[in-house]
Amino acid sequence: MKTYENTGNKDTRSGFGAGLTELGKTNENVVALCADLIGSLKMDDFKKNNPERFFQVGIAEANMIGMAAGLTIGGKIPFTGTFANFSTGRVYDQIRQSVAYSGKNVKICASHAGLTLGEDGATHQILEDIGLMKMLPGMTVINPCDYNQTKAATLAIADYEGPVYLRFGRPSVANFTPEDQKFEIGKALHLVDGADVTIVATGHLVWEALEASKELNEKGISAEVINIHTIKPLDAQAIIDSVSKTKCIVTAEEHNHLGGLGESVARVLSQHKPTPQEFVATNDTFGESGTPAQLMEKYGLNSDAIVKACEKVISRK
Amino acid sequence: MPNTQQLEDITTQVRRDILRMVHKVNSGHPGGSLGCAEFLVALYNDIMDRKDGFDMDGIGEDLFFLSNGHISPVFYSVLARTGYFPVDELSTFRLLNSRLQGHPTTHEGLPGIRIASGSLGQGMSVALGAAQAKKLNGCKHLVYSLHGDGELQEGQNWEAIMYAAGNNVDNLISTIDLNGQQIDGATETVLSLGSVRAKFEAFGWIVIDIEKGNNIEAVLKGMAEAKSKTGNGKPVCVLLHTVMGNGVDFMMHTHAWHGKAPNDEQLAEGLSQNAETLGDY
Repeated sequence: MKTYENTGNKDTRSGFGAGLTELGKTNENVVALCADLIGSLKMDDFKKNNPERFFQVGIAEANMIGMAAGLTIGGKIPFTGTFANFSTGRVYDQIRQSVAYSGKNVKICASHAGLTLGEDGATHQILEDIGLMKMLPGMTVINPCDYNQTKAATLAIADYEGPVYLRFGRPSVANFTPEDQKFEIGKALHLVDGADVTIVATGHLVWEALEASKELNEKGISAEVINIHTIKPLDAQAIIDSVSKTKCIVTAEEHNHLGGLGESVARVLSQHKPTPQEFVATNDTFGESGTPAQLMEKYGLNSDAIVKACEKVISRK
Repeated sequence: MPNTQQLEDITTQVRRDILRMVHKVNSGHPGGSLGCAEFLVALYNDIMDRKDGFDMDGIGEDLFFLSNGHISPVFYSVLARTGYFPVDELSTFRLLNSRLQGHPTTHEGLPGIRIASGSLGQGMSVALGAAQAKKLNGCKHLVYSLHGDGELQEGQNWEAIMYAAGNNVDNLISTIDLNGQQIDGATETVLSLGSVRAKFEAFGWIVIDIEKGNNIEAVLKGMAEAKSKTGNGKPVCVLLHTVMGNGVDFMMHTHAWHGKAPNDEQLAEGLSQNAETLGDY
């Protein structure tokens, strides 16, 4: 079975920052806006290197989204940066009208997504953002798995014309994507071959899925692991092909089971290939304060939870 | 450039267009549209420096953003009458498959529209972004925006107003249509704005009043003054004092026609007060 090496834990937000720094050097149309969270979003280098292309908007996210839409009129490619909660729910109507409906080339870059921002608690831990963004017509939704993939995704979305929601996080997580791997929007990555169950994961739960597949292997269960970094447009064919072989599926995401990756997968399968599915996701709940590891454990989002879900779904075949 | 009489003739025709558009589909917003007719006619026919044709980026020309998108009838009429799309297309306003949606949108590719608006309070932020893009592009042209007075109740405006002054966005002229009315009644009674001038000045804007916002010459003079104030480190606000429903006597000085279409008799009466000038569509 194919295995992956963690080259050292890193935070995905720093992958975004590194990508943005590179874009500052390579693409003069890229501009960045931030709502008083430059350090948290790792936008310091872009700001330092390109002061004229950086817009500190203060704690005013609605204005930030509107300004980003306006900056596209004149050929700029704006990247907005704030926490996922303030990037989506707080400014949903601004994104809906000024960005999505207006078809503007804005990249909404959101850090601190999900539970794992940790101790700040539920006011800051959005678990609904994927759902909010994927419901908007024309919006691309990307949730990369590690530092290297977040950096590659940041570079890729600058070359894509259209609104994008790029979701990443605060905690240091395993970094295992090859540094030179090109990011292809909408193309699932087939990580491990398996015969008994398909695990489709997004974000840093891809690493948890890889860990789970090792554990399952020791138990004599062969799990296929797919990294769905792009939730919309969804690579439906990759999912259908895999379950044609394994006959059951587990989806894993740091998001509410309502509106997340799991529901997108279920829609595809119910239409094209009805298949038993289990959801590793939060269960229609808010989060709470705690360390990332504690929260992953309590809310059932780690490799143990994925193993259990795989065993359960196999029993339903 | 058209003279005052010609601008007044265009305005009269625009009023006819507005009344006929909303009457045909028995929906739309004639009150605010009529109140802003002189302003938009003057803006598109005199004040703004515009290129022929339309491209989204608008580099090398002045830009306009309509934030209070419900006054789409006047916007569409002025765009058509200044050559952005065929005048005949005004007859499709609010119909299925039309490019002239109830509120303006880029979605259907109507030339002249650069942003969707209708959900209020968003246009100034967009105008700000476009103004900053102009500066980055080394484009010396200006960005204009129009907002309802009731619309200032939306908080996003004040984020934008604070940003513009704090960042010396001095290539922006934002006009507030001070007609004192909104859907539920007088702005003063729905939610008082207090002194709009004092508020903008406190935020650091240059403020110019156009007391006779339904007089073409007053609008031209006031906007020329506004233009002369740009480029001095501060954004410019124009307080355009208008009468809602202007030019149709029974629609004036009331919020009743904010979002209501005239019936057949009322249309005839309104048109009789505004004789055809350029020819109906």
